Amino acid sequence: MEPTIVRYLLLAAVLFCIGLFGVLWKRNIIIVLVSIELMLNAVNINLVAFSRLGLAPNINGQVFALFAMVIAACEVAVGLAVLIALYRNRNTSDVKDMNLNKW
Amino acid sequence: MALPVFTGQMIAFILISLLVIGSAVAMLFARKVIYMALLIGGVFIGVAGIYILLDADFVGFAQVLIYAGAITILMLFAIMLTNHGSQEQTPVNTHSVMAGLAAGGLLALLYWGFNSVDWTNWQQISPKDPVPPWGDSSVKAVGDAVYNVYAIPFELVSVVLIVALVGAIILARKGEE
Repeated sequence: MEPTIVRYLLLAAVLFCIGLFGVLWKRNIIIVLVSIELMLNAVNINLVAFSRLGLAPNINGQVFALFAMVIAACEVAVGLAVLIALYRNRNTSDVKDMNLNKW
Repeated sequence: MALPVFTGQMIAFILISLLVIGSAVAMLFARKVIYMALLIGGVFIGVAGIYILLDADFVGFAQVLIYAGAITILMLFAIMLTNHGSQEQTPVNTHSVMAGLAAGGLLALLYWGFNSVDWTNWQQISPKDPVPPWGDSSVKAVGDAVYNVYAIPFELVSVVLIVALVGAIILARKGEE
């Protein structure tokens, strides 16, 4: 019989893989950003689960989850600003058209 | 393997997991972009429920405020400013098959990893003492940790947030020409 932490880890793994699939598959930049958020949330679930059910439970996992949330907010702000600038200049939100810096 | 005991926590976990995974899958296969941005709210609120199940009240409420509140609304603004009403049609081709293989392969690898871990040490502490190590107020414990142990990382992360917001404004601003 496995301990309870395994179900949280499995949930996070499924969520991470759904996010990975969305990042690789979708072509709309907003949806790619949303999928990255899914992956970050999966990591946060792992952090909080280990902070409660790990071998040495303590509060640090929750603090790291909060820091990850702040970085996620930064990422969304910058990503959406890039999206708005791109849409203004090229009138598209498809990642396939984002080849300005292609070498 | 013994039959699982359906405690209240287990039932809550199953329901919240169904909400989270169902919303995430529906998000991937929704027709319109705006529906996707609304469905992601379900995922975020479900994850907040998971945090509360894990006795992390503060992180749960921060999740609701930051993700379900701010980030979802920001996504909705971005969609409305760009191509609202557009139908997202993603073709099924070799690219999508490769993406599915990558994601499924990673999931299989992780599942194999979970099954090959020796959980005996976890087994002994697994029937948890009902009181979490930070007592019954995770808000107080998080505040204590953030302002004592993690004071410098906290300041650095606020600098990062300010820099990101200023950069976002500069990026999204109209050019001079």
